[in-house]
Amino acid sequence: MKRITVVGLLIFICFLLQSTVFHSLSFGGIVPNLMIILTASFGFMRGEKSGLLIGFFSGLFIDIFFGDVLGFYALVYMYIGYTNGKFNRIFYPEDVKLPMALIIVSDLFYGLICYVLLFLMRTKFNIGYYFTHIILPEIVYTTFITIVLYPAVLWINKRLEDSEQRSAKKFV
Amino acid sequence: MSPIVKRKGEKFTLPSKYLLFILTIICAGSIILTFNTNIFSGVLNTAVGYVVVPFQKGISSVGGWLSNRSEELVQIRSLLAENEKLKAQIDELTIENTILQQDRYELTNLRELYQLDSQYEGYEKIGARIIAKDSGNWFHSFVIDKGEEDGVAVDMNVIAGSGLVGRITDTGPNWAKVTSIIADNSNVSGKVLATSDYLLVTGDLELYGSGVIRFEKLVDSADKVVEGDKIVTSNISDKYLPNILIGYISTLNVDANNITKSGQLTPAVDFEHLEEVLVILQLKQSMEEK
Repeated sequence: MKRITVVGLLIFICFLLQSTVFHSLSFGGIVPNLMIILTASFGFMRGEKSGLLIGFFSGLFIDIFFGDVLGFYALVYMYIGYTNGKFNRIFYPEDVKLPMALIIVSDLFYGLICYVLLFLMRTKFNIGYYFTHIILPEIVYTTFITIVLYPAVLWINKRLEDSEQRSAKKFV
Repeated sequence: MSPIVKRKGEKFTLPSKYLLFILTIICAGSIILTFNTNIFSGVLNTAVGYVVVPFQKGISSVGGWLSNRSEELVQIRSLLAENEKLKAQIDELTIENTILQQDRYELTNLRELYQLDSQYEGYEKIGARIIAKDSGNWFHSFVIDKGEEDGVAVDMNVIAGSGLVGRITDTGPNWAKVTSIIADNSNVSGKVLATSDYLLVTGDLELYGSGVIRFEKLVDSADKVVEGDKIVTSNISDKYLPNILIGYISTLNVDANNITKSGQLTPAVDFEHLEEVLVILQLKQSMEEK
């Protein structure tokens, strides 16, 4: 219960920050993708189910406010969260290389999916432009934010796990 | 005991594979449903309206304040230089103004003669503040703090200053989503003010960085349209009210088919620094009925 509240709050805060404050801090009109950081990190920290659920609700938020159809972003984020959950087995909290790599790949995948489904389908073929002007800057900025945000997410998750273990012990 | 048989008291959990499968079907279903109808939008828009919008209002006013302060510091130097230049310009313009005022007399007389109303000053408008922008980098839509409760409805036109910003595409009780004309998925039917030739203004992400938008399908057989001409919304558009300024032609090329022309136009609105907009509370569809 505590976990659901905390994670729900995290999604909420990230969405708010991304749609308001980060637009004032954007470089060249590019906003970092906080929701990807959140979805991917909970995916590899907690496993497939957490990843896909958090991805689903993050995407749903974006869909309601900014999507043309309901469910598109939810679907994309959900699969990103699920795939990241597959790496739960080789994840260690001390190692920072794997999380970084996974978040970068996730954002790249997100960018490419968006390009293919939203732009290529409308006969916008200039992938080189979109890659260098939208996808790549977003990845760079997101990676930069990851350095700050990821330790925070890791710490929150550790606190949650500790308190869960404590309350589990109480009942034994 | 076989592993399939469930032990008593064990909590039932759904394997993530099946959960993924179920949610995928739900998503696919809702994509198809919302593509054709807007079944969920009423409920969901109301719900998030009361939860998210108050926070967005608060945060974006803080964020706006911060970015304003930082911009002020940067701009002071350039503003001083600009001030000098503008003062000189004021003198020039005062002279010009007197001449124009004389022309205006003539114009009002002629208008009365033709019984024309001044165009969009007559519409009822409502001011709104931008409280959130698209969370991704692909499209340029934003959320304003006025909604159905203030009389805002889907397809109403949004302007800022003197130019067209876009139109409302989604509403909640206290918020509305505006799709701007520079968004890659937006098309506006326009016309050249001087010659009344119709054209199509298309938002384009590739041109967004250079501050211009694309227009195409301009039929200009008389070859009279030149760079710098004003482009306004046309009267054949079914969503946009006629004669709202969109921008000025900056480049003009003849298409490969030698019939139509295309090019780029500079929008009249500064989309980078947009903070407040005006919503015209008049729908094109209801205009004829009046």
